[in-house]
Amino acid sequence: MSPALIAALPFLGALLPGLMIRAGRTTCAIATGSVTALALLGLLLHAPAVMGGEVIVARFEWLPALGLNANFMLDGLGLLFAGLILGIGLLIILYARFYLSPEDPMGQFYTYLMLFQGAMVGIVLSDNILLLLIFWELTSLSSFLLIGYWKHLPEGRQGARMALTVTGMGGLAMIAGMLILGNIAGSYDLSVILTKGAEIRASEWYLPALILILAGCFTKSAQFPFHFWLPHAMAAPTPVSAYLHSATMVKAGLFLMARMWPVLSGTPEWFYIVATTGAVTMLIGAKIALFKDDLKAVLAFSTVSHLGLVTMLLGLGTKAAAIVAVFHIINHASFKAALFMAAGIVDHEAHTRDIRRLGGLRRLMPVTFAITLIAALSMAGIPPLNGFLSKEMMLEEALHTPWAGMAWVFPALVVSAALLSVGYSLRLIVHVFMGPERSDYPHHPHDPGFGMWAAPAFLAVLVVLIGLFPMTFAGDLVAATARAVTGEAVEVKIYHWHGLTAALYASVAAVAGGALVLWLHGPLSRLWVATPRPEAKAIFDAIVGAAGGIARAFAEGLHDGALSRYLAIFTAGVLALGVWAFVGGTHVPGVRMPLEAGPVAWVGWILLATCSVLVAVLHRTRIVALVLIGVVGLVVSLGFVYLSAPDLALTQLSVEVVTIILLLLALNFLPKRTPAESGGMRRLRDAAIALVAGLGTAALAFALMLRDFGLPTISDYHLANSKTGGGGTNVVNVILVDFRGYDTFGEIIVLGIAGLVIFALTEALFAGPAGRRLLGWRADAPKAGDRHPMMLVVATRVLLPISILVGIYIFLRGHNEPGGGFIAGLVVAIALLMQYIASGSAWTEARQRIDYHAFIGVGVVVAGATGIGAWFASRPFLTSNFGYFRIPPFDKFELATAMAFDLGVFLTVIGAVMLTLASLTRIAIRAGGTVNAAPMDTDPSAAPVQEARG
Amino acid sequence: MELLVASAIGVMTASGVYLILRLRAFPVILGLSMLTYAVNTFLFVTGRLVINRPPVLSPEAAGYTDPLPQALVLTAIVISFGMTAVTVMMALGAFLETGDDRIETVGDRPDGGPDGGPEDAR
Repeated sequence: MSPALIAALPFLGALLPGLMIRAGRTTCAIATGSVTALALLGLLLHAPAVMGGEVIVARFEWLPALGLNANFMLDGLGLLFAGLILGIGLLIILYARFYLSPEDPMGQFYTYLMLFQGAMVGIVLSDNILLLLIFWELTSLSSFLLIGYWKHLPEGRQGARMALTVTGMGGLAMIAGMLILGNIAGSYDLSVILTKGAEIRASEWYLPALILILAGCFTKSAQFPFHFWLPHAMAAPTPVSAYLHSATMVKAGLFLMARMWPVLSGTPEWFYIVATTGAVTMLIGAKIALFKDDLKAVLAFSTVSHLGLVTMLLGLGTKAAAIVAVFHIINHASFKAALFMAAGIVDHEAHTRDIRRLGGLRRLMPVTFAITLIAALSMAGIPPLNGFLSKEMMLEEALHTPWAGMAWVFPALVVSAALLSVGYSLRLIVHVFMGPERSDYPHHPHDPGFGMWAAPAFLAVLVVLIGLFPMTFAGDLVAATARAVTGEAVEVKIYHWHGLTAALYASVAAVAGGALVLWLHGPLSRLWVATPRPEAKAIFDAIVGAAGGIARAFAEGLHDGALSRYLAIFTAGVLALGVWAFVGGTHVPGVRMPLEAGPVAWVGWILLATCSVLVAVLHRTRIVALVLIGVVGLVVSLGFVYLSAPDLALTQLSVEVVTIILLLLALNFLPKRTPAESGGMRRLRDAAIALVAGLGTAALAFALMLRDFGLPTISDYHLANSKTGGGGTNVVNVILVDFRGYDTFGEIIVLGIAGLVIFALTEALFAGPAGRRLLGWRADAPKAGDRHPMMLVVATRVLLPISILVGIYIFLRGHNEPGGGFIAGLVVAIALLMQYIASGSAWTEARQRIDYHAFIGVGVVVAGATGIGAWFASRPFLTSNFGYFRIPPFDKFELATAMAFDLGVFLTVIGAVMLTLASLTRIAIRAGGTVNAAPMDTDPSAAPVQEARG
Repeated sequence: MELLVASAIGVMTASGVYLILRLRAFPVILGLSMLTYAVNTFLFVTGRLVINRPPVLSPEAAGYTDPLPQALVLTAIVISFGMTAVTVMMALGAFLETGDDRIETVGDRPDGGPDGGPEDAR
């Protein structure tokens, strides 16, 4: 199975639970589990080859120009981690089936879990750091969903948010670090980067990249001082905690450090940052774990401590330490997942996980006790379990490493941490299971069914087996992984008896000290409670609150809900940027000869300038402003005619008509005058901004027009290929429907959406207070005496077929002469609008067979289908074709698929324009406008006028 | 000619900017329309000014103006109609809901919403 498919399977599997949950919880769990099992099987089939030193790769180009390729590789390290993720994932699916209560939405849980699983597998199998970053962020997002799964719990939501904030911030830092790394190496492919270790370490950008990448790893792997999110994430259901915090999420940081080990390690910077952080985290985590009373909190902080241990080992930078790190990752995953699940069982059965309320459970829950006993003893490092083996090897490495010339630093740190670790591990056994049976458990506990303890029991068996026969059960895997981490073949020897070494003495001291600490737990705990210590959550909340406060102050200063304020800031900002760019940049003098301006141009200019100024001056009288703005629009369209743009002129003209009608209809319901509200100073300020903006754009436009193109234009291509490639002589239309048909397709969709939005807005208005206000509407202006004048009615009736014919003509000739779907659509829409104006909406709509929604829908579908048609000729979407035909007795004529596309444009434009204006007329009807069934108010045949108030 | 067109763009921009800084919805809509004219014209003249050479291929034509800005502006004109229509509808809706077409009212200030502040975190 391709590594890409292994990574993709969980994502595909995420689609299943939502469907399968309808068939029952067990079926859902089986379906979900079988996908994971399939991926695990695919992985294991590669295991022999990978153990033999092979690297399985799968490469797909995604965005090669960016260096972003979907490259996957499976080596020893990937095998170990993917095995852990999928293997423990399978156990978690089983466990969660019995853990979650019937009220919990289980389908949702499995969907989140599979998304997370896919993201994790993606991280460990990526052979491209950009791809890895994508999966990395996906784990942050999907873990957010998992941690906040119990949405009704505030702790769950807050824990999820904290985890997302911390790991997300780290992820951002890591993106920067990875980009720097890729830049140094000249490739984003991991396999290339891994070969360039020496080059990268010598680069002056090494330290920034290292710090940024480590920020990502440390936040993800909960290293001090970012460790605080992990305990808060314990508000999640136990299966999530067991999964995220034993084998997956928090191990992602370790994975990345191991992955980058050949490239980044071996320098003093690496040693001091990574090893020190790891050792400190190890001690702090162990200390806090000892004094926590919540079972899951103990496990959470012990996880922090053990992650610190592995980080420290990776930080030491020696090959031997890297082997131990790999071995401990396996061991920790096995005993910690088992412990989490056991803690979940206790919580599930006794209805509490507060250690102070537990004790004496060993007879009541013998199976759970056995599992916890094995796993906790392994965590304490008691022989012959697997935890003992890796802890011995760790001590051996740490005891012989000096820190800044001081030999005692690491021994002191690791031995105290080991001692505390023994203390809290034994506490899990002694304070929870030993002692007298109590009578005051919140719920009388007993062992759960097999389904629930099967998964942790399996892991406990593994703990024993690896402990007894390390070389048989873990040796090859450790060797293969260590080879992948260190980049060279390594010899792995794991055995129990090393002789009377310093590590053994340290181990014995730790166990004895740990037992002593547990014996003194009462007084020590009181001392702990009495000592003041920083509360991470309070600090975090304060920082988040302060950041929010600053952001809010900044945002509200700029954007306080007053539209005119931020438009002023925006305009002034754009002006300032423009001035800055102009002052800072260089420019060449204009060489184009200006055109001579004739008297017509002057007349147009005077008209336009006068009306533009008048609009601003007279805007309080809204109807006058509307008339003036209409004049501006008309002059603009005349300008287009004058400057060789007939298509633009036609479009501008018809849009102008439609827009003015729209604004008039709206003005019917709006106040007719704008009251004077802003003071003189404010108007002066606005006028100054407007003046500078006008001067700026004028200067820019003038400078632009006097200069030639800086770069060769693509218009020459369009001019040259319009006839031969697109089959039309109107180059503007050919660009719209052919060269840039995709843009136009998107555009008509937007136009259609605008029409539908307006329709929906109208509907929503009718349901709210606006609807009631409309029902009691009193017109504030006198109505015209003759609402449907006979002259207008007769004229529009006569004009309708002519206008439609003109529309069709403009449409048909559009490919070769000025015209096309946009303009034809607008012309026909105006013709229809005239009927509304002349005879009212009721009369018009009674005669209308197709509603405007259908126009929009059919238009988009026709345009889309034309585009899809190109696929049948094995061409890309929207490739056009054309040919010449002759049907006697007509002359030869041309048919192009682009015309079908233009038909879609035509229909959409009609639909959108008419739906918009029809929506406004519906408002008028709601406001008590007369609804007339007759075409006009006066009946020429002198029949009584039919009128009804609607 | 260039000077005329450039100054026309400037006048339309100035008028539009002044209008969008008003306090009522209707003048803002008018201002947006004025800005639309200005921007469309500006985009159009990036093809430089040419008289009597429309981009319609013909054997007699002495040359053609740049067709690309025209195609871009054509769609921009139609889209700006859609945009104006939506804005008008929203302004109308706001007026009908509140009985007022003011665009800055006290109480409009964004305050972070119910789930945005640290209050929720405690």
